[in-house]
Amino acid sequence: MDIEFTKEDENFRLEVRDFIDKNFPQNIKDIDKRTDLTRDDMFSWHKALYKKGWIAPHWPKEYGGTGWNITQRYIWDQECANAGTTPLIPFGLTMLGPVIIGFGNDNQKDWVLKGILSGEDWWCQGYSEPGAGSDLASLRTKAEKIGDHYVVNGHKIWTTLAQFADWMFCLVRTNSDGKPQEGISFLLIDMKSEGIEVKPIITMDGGHEVNEVFLEDVKVPVENLVGEENMGWTIAKYLLGNERTGIAGVARSKKAIERLKEIAGSEYIDGKNLINDSDFVRKISELEVDLTALEYTELRTLAKESKGEGAGAESSILKIKGTEIQQRITELTVEAIGHYSNPYLVPAFERQGSNYLTIGPDYSHGAAQNYFSTRKTSIYGGSNEIQKNIIAKMVLGL
Amino acid sequence: MDFSFSEEQTLLRNTIQSFVQDNYDFDKRREIIQSEEGIKKENWQQFAELGLLGAPFSEEDGGMGFGSVETMIVAEEFGKGLVVEPYIQTIVTCGGFLRRSNPAQREKYIPGIISGEDIWAFAYAEPQGRYNLNDLTTTAILDGDEYTVNGYKCVVSAAPWANKLIVSVRTSGDQRDKEGISLLIIEKNSDGVSLRDYPTVDGSRASEITFENVKVSKDNLIGEEGKSADLLELVVDETIAAICSEAVGAMAILNDATVEYCKTRKQFGQPIGKFQVLQHRMVDMFMQYEQSVSMTYMVNLKLEEDYPERRKAASGAKVQIAKAAKFIGQSAVQLHGGMGMTDELNVGHYFKRLSMIENVFGNIDHHLKQYSLAD
Repeated sequence: MDIEFTKEDENFRLEVRDFIDKNFPQNIKDIDKRTDLTRDDMFSWHKALYKKGWIAPHWPKEYGGTGWNITQRYIWDQECANAGTTPLIPFGLTMLGPVIIGFGNDNQKDWVLKGILSGEDWWCQGYSEPGAGSDLASLRTKAEKIGDHYVVNGHKIWTTLAQFADWMFCLVRTNSDGKPQEGISFLLIDMKSEGIEVKPIITMDGGHEVNEVFLEDVKVPVENLVGEENMGWTIAKYLLGNERTGIAGVARSKKAIERLKEIAGSEYIDGKNLINDSDFVRKISELEVDLTALEYTELRTLAKESKGEGAGAESSILKIKGTEIQQRITELTVEAIGHYSNPYLVPAFERQGSNYLTIGPDYSHGAAQNYFSTRKTSIYGGSNEIQKNIIAKMVLGL
Repeated sequence: MDFSFSEEQTLLRNTIQSFVQDNYDFDKRREIIQSEEGIKKENWQQFAELGLLGAPFSEEDGGMGFGSVETMIVAEEFGKGLVVEPYIQTIVTCGGFLRRSNPAQREKYIPGIISGEDIWAFAYAEPQGRYNLNDLTTTAILDGDEYTVNGYKCVVSAAPWANKLIVSVRTSGDQRDKEGISLLIIEKNSDGVSLRDYPTVDGSRASEITFENVKVSKDNLIGEEGKSADLLELVVDETIAAICSEAVGAMAILNDATVEYCKTRKQFGQPIGKFQVLQHRMVDMFMQYEQSVSMTYMVNLKLEEDYPERRKAASGAKVQIAKAAKFIGQSAVQLHGGMGMTDELNVGHYFKRLSMIENVFGNIDHHLKQYSLAD
């Protein structure tokens, strides 16, 4: 048992800190003003990391990873969060990349990984369907093999950032006999294909992040099948297990709590700062204790993983506790802000070019909307109820 | 002991229910909140015709002479429809002050409310004050027959629609003193009053208001100069009771919608409502709702009581309602899954309104403190 950082670790920390400081794009540095990010903004940090060779720390070195050990990856995450860097879009880097490395053929390894690393290809995830949410295996989007193509028909929903995506990795049904899990395949679909329609879903915070994707007679070359036909479920499960890195969001939650403290330090209650109010500060302390527990749970998981011991249902613990903490932070932020949580911040896509006004202190802008939006985290990626089922079944043997 | 409603009260409820049914379905509400103005003036006129705008005023003042139970019924039914027209702001809050104003003021202002001509907003909050009603930096200084008002009020609900304001000001004393608080009626179009109007996250509208050397006749003072802290607290407690009622209405809709959804949404080959973990969650939602109804009845029945009973009743109710609002709102979204997150479904809209109700006129911490101080 040892949690001390070595001299090398500390040197590494200084090196990455310096790199972030020099390379994180200046124009998106101020977190309070970061409500207007364009696709280019989101990608500018990606490009800087790609150039440095640090875009995929969790990939094996031969595929473009950094070769960092878990301590270094941990330090990297911490430093990025501390600097408030924009989160990288996870669909290619975190989700699809490891799948292709594990299941793709050489051709796929070449073009898919290259596009993800460079950021040239933006991926989205075609999993959920209107009738297949928590029960993902009941999905019905059908792919029929005709000659050297699959012809895909169906309807995906909650597809995050599909409006920007070049490609979609998609679970499709290739066999309707037997158990539903056994007839699923994993396809890579060009979003420019004929027959694809992307329809925005506006969420209650006013944002446009998710979409419906309609597929009508979409032709997908058979070489875009990943792994074998009907082994999509295995791949999907592998993908979910691989989301472990960063799923808990510890470093970012730490940063968010710091920010919450700053807000509480600027707000007043009966003539003193809210941060000096014992009721409020107690709630922050509770949150910090929860987060510390989660941090060490994550470190234990990573340590186990680095020894090659397959982490079991730990990712479910990280997901549940991580999202609960993220949600709690947004709740307390709204609470800290008080009256000024009420004004509505017109979302970026609606206010382009218009001369909108913002009300209240900078840190209040969009705080309530962020609270509303963060409710999604206990729903997506396998709802927290489903995660508890997984733990009950896989860990407790119930 | 009797918690049943009179025939007239039931009739009142039915009237509002049919108004909401006819005028406040999801699409019609959306049209209203997205319109330039943000409310529908015809609805306000209809409230006048139905006598709702005169409900709490005495018959002598031209009103219906209804009590807090009637207000509770109106607010609860409006809560079910997420009605945005500012009934509570104008009738319960500003009306609450005006009912207790002097005869000349009552005669001057109440008819305009009852007829639907005037909309009023209550400007009390200041950025530094949080939920302490007495924490005021907005000042009014009397010189001859006129006050000069200077200061800033934030997030003034319904102000964009209002033509008249009631403003809490400091006429003497230190920033948080109970002594020295006065209430002034200020015409919104007075010189020196400037507003920044904006939409709020729950589909309503509010304003930031700056008062710069605004001249106000001393005839516009409600009550005695410097002695209005108690009246302020009383009317805010009545407002809290009405907001609790509104919340109970919104919770009822969310609970029904959630149970209905879980009966029809199928996953793993069965309605998700068959899963015990979701059943228990819905049972908890139901219990929170029932506890909230109880506290709402309680506070509405105790508004006539003196300190500390009324203080404990209002703060106690607000604590329960805030807890339930959060639990029911969050749970309804969670159980609806992705659909609950969308703007297309009413669930998110009720959740947003309930989230704002949690904090308005004091959050849980504030009212727990008030409660314990009154004990």
